[in-house]
Amino acid sequence: MKDGKMSGAEALVKCLENEDVEYIFGLSGGAALPIFDALVDAKIRLILVRHEQGAVHMADGYARATGKPGVVLVTSGPGATNTMTGLLTAHMDSVPIVVLTGQTITAMLGKDAFQEADVFNTTMPLVKHSYMVRETNTIPRIVREAFHIARSGRPGPVLIDLPKDQSAGAFEGDLYPDMDLPGYRLPDEQPDPADIAAIAEAFSKSRRPVILAGQGVLISGAGEELRALAEKLGAPVTTTLLGKGAFPENHALSLGMLGMHGTAYANKAVVECDLIMSVGSRFDDRIIGQAPQFCRDAVRIHVDVDRGEFGRMIPCDRYCYADARSFLTALLAHVGSLDTADWLEQIEALKKRYPLTYRKRGGLKMQHILTALNERMDDDTIIATDVGQHQMWAAQFCKIDHPRCWLSSGGAGTMGYGFPAAIGAQLGRPNSRVWAVVGDGGFQMTLSELATAAVNKLPVKVIIMNNSYLGMVRQWQTMFYDDRKSGVDLEGNPDFARLAEAYTGARGFTLRRAGDVKRILDRAEEVTDGPCIINAIVEKTDNVFPMIPAGAKLEDMLIREPKKTEKLEKPTGST
Amino acid sequence: MTDTNNTAETGHTLSVYVANKPGVLARIAQVFSRRGYNIDSLVVSPSMDGRYSRMTITAKGSADGLDQIMRQVGKLVDVLHCTDHSDEEAVVRELAMVKVMAPADQRAEILQISEHFGCKTVDLTEASLIMLIEGNCGKVDACVNMLKKFKIVEIVRTGKVLMARGQEET
Repeated sequence: MKDGKMSGAEALVKCLENEDVEYIFGLSGGAALPIFDALVDAKIRLILVRHEQGAVHMADGYARATGKPGVVLVTSGPGATNTMTGLLTAHMDSVPIVVLTGQTITAMLGKDAFQEADVFNTTMPLVKHSYMVRETNTIPRIVREAFHIARSGRPGPVLIDLPKDQSAGAFEGDLYPDMDLPGYRLPDEQPDPADIAAIAEAFSKSRRPVILAGQGVLISGAGEELRALAEKLGAPVTTTLLGKGAFPENHALSLGMLGMHGTAYANKAVVECDLIMSVGSRFDDRIIGQAPQFCRDAVRIHVDVDRGEFGRMIPCDRYCYADARSFLTALLAHVGSLDTADWLEQIEALKKRYPLTYRKRGGLKMQHILTALNERMDDDTIIATDVGQHQMWAAQFCKIDHPRCWLSSGGAGTMGYGFPAAIGAQLGRPNSRVWAVVGDGGFQMTLSELATAAVNKLPVKVIIMNNSYLGMVRQWQTMFYDDRKSGVDLEGNPDFARLAEAYTGARGFTLRRAGDVKRILDRAEEVTDGPCIINAIVEKTDNVFPMIPAGAKLEDMLIREPKKTEKLEKPTGST
Repeated sequence: MTDTNNTAETGHTLSVYVANKPGVLARIAQVFSRRGYNIDSLVVSPSMDGRYSRMTITAKGSADGLDQIMRQVGKLVDVLHCTDHSDEEAVVRELAMVKVMAPADQRAEILQISEHFGCKTVDLTEASLIMLIEGNCGKVDACVNMLKKFKIVEIVRTGKVLMARGQEET
């Protein structure tokens, strides 16, 4: 602060401190110089990343693990466009982050200035809301609104584009202004009593109910309420990929994950149920398979904090526009115990008949490593995954009992997410043990953040499930394209353990044999002052089952590997 | 809340009341374009209160599809409300200017049509004239149809605007 006057950037940093921001994940650049300068004197800690995509995933992992918005600061042009994959990831998965992008000076806007990109317009479909600062004194209002929008209702990313003359300009405004959001509405504190009464009535008539819990339950902190409701009703609970942790997966009423690679018993229970109630999920296409066939004879109920989701994928019999926690609390008071004994018996039989399993013969299996990992998870262990086969197996074999312990890119399916997300989570929850389970393909997209983890001495443990393939795509080619492999062979992979050792402070291990799994995981746990890579050389051509081919009905689930002679139709659904 | 099914393709007129903030039109246009809906006409102007703007948008599509578009538009941070007025009692108006070649031997007939539709002649030269027509969209269409046998040079239409009747808010 010179001459007692504040710059826009200094006001910005003050506002971020007022929002209790602990960390900013960022990469510097010319158009953001005034902001990086203001950070020198700030209480906020800057985590310097090696690529902007990593910064956004770190902020995302931090937000999912803590519930607090993650903050990103990058420069203009390529710095800003490099955040787009992270924005999409956070937007699809309703994660509260605030992304600050530097921008060229106002007078040069639209003139193709050096490192200018029209970030405000190009990112519009990837954000919940966005701002371009046109006047320095509006910075505090914009920051306040941005955090409010990012974290309230259905959370999501908010972007603030800051021209350099605005951040460098003199600030003479109010640091605590009112918000001006006349169009931004949130559901009432209490859900509509008519909806609660109708849903309670529907449950009272149900003998085979299923509750589908999505990430909305985690976001609103409604885990306890969900458990109380399920136990009172005697209703089994299945979750989406992102809903893992919303209901304890070791609970007797848990069905585990639903959908394309969900458990056979979850999918069969949903096919058989007479009522399905989704709380805080959006009936994603990975869940419902063929939309018109999904639970077509059951009563379908959709509870969401975002009215835009109603009827988007499937029409339901009843909608309730409410926050998950206020809804579950209200419903709990209006329902009684149901006679579901036969139903639960039926489900127990399904669990016994179709357990999650794998062939233990042959080479080192991802499932074996994940089972060993599951056995050593405590109440505070966080699993971050990348995208692909390892992600689906982790979802099947790692039982998550607590909220905010499972970080995975669901909607966007972003490869390269897992490792940086784990870094963000470790910073937000320093006492938690954080494991990143990644593939050899995805890890190479953001492995540059090894430096970030090493410099900050973060004991993130990365298991690279290394099959030298883009395994999930290879699986589809094997199953549906006559095993004609195209663009999936990752020949030229480095020795990841040696690569890790090239970073001062990072450790690397290689895991080749099933008999070594426990020993190597033990050794990884002993590393507490930096990241640790386990390069697990797993069987190359294992396939994930159960599987519902994209666009098929839940009824058409393949529970185990079909015989080689069986010719499968190409899936009609999206990817 | 309950739901109904409607997949037949019909014309719709949406009235969108928005905070006058940068980017709001682009955000709304993106909702239509992402779902492959063509906007037939779009009128944007400041409302009585200068902090807000009114948009009147006409588009064709199924009621179900439009319902989804309205939900997505309605949840934009800067949108106060988005209403479908297609089936409602509302006053609907459109303005059009038609430039038509009007040599001396055809001028009388053109002016006769013009008079019938209550048009104003807002420009007149030896060779051409510009007619200004106001009314509901059907009337504008009918007038343009009648003029088709002459040589129309160009037509500029404002697009539809509407206001709910009585005490009801648009």
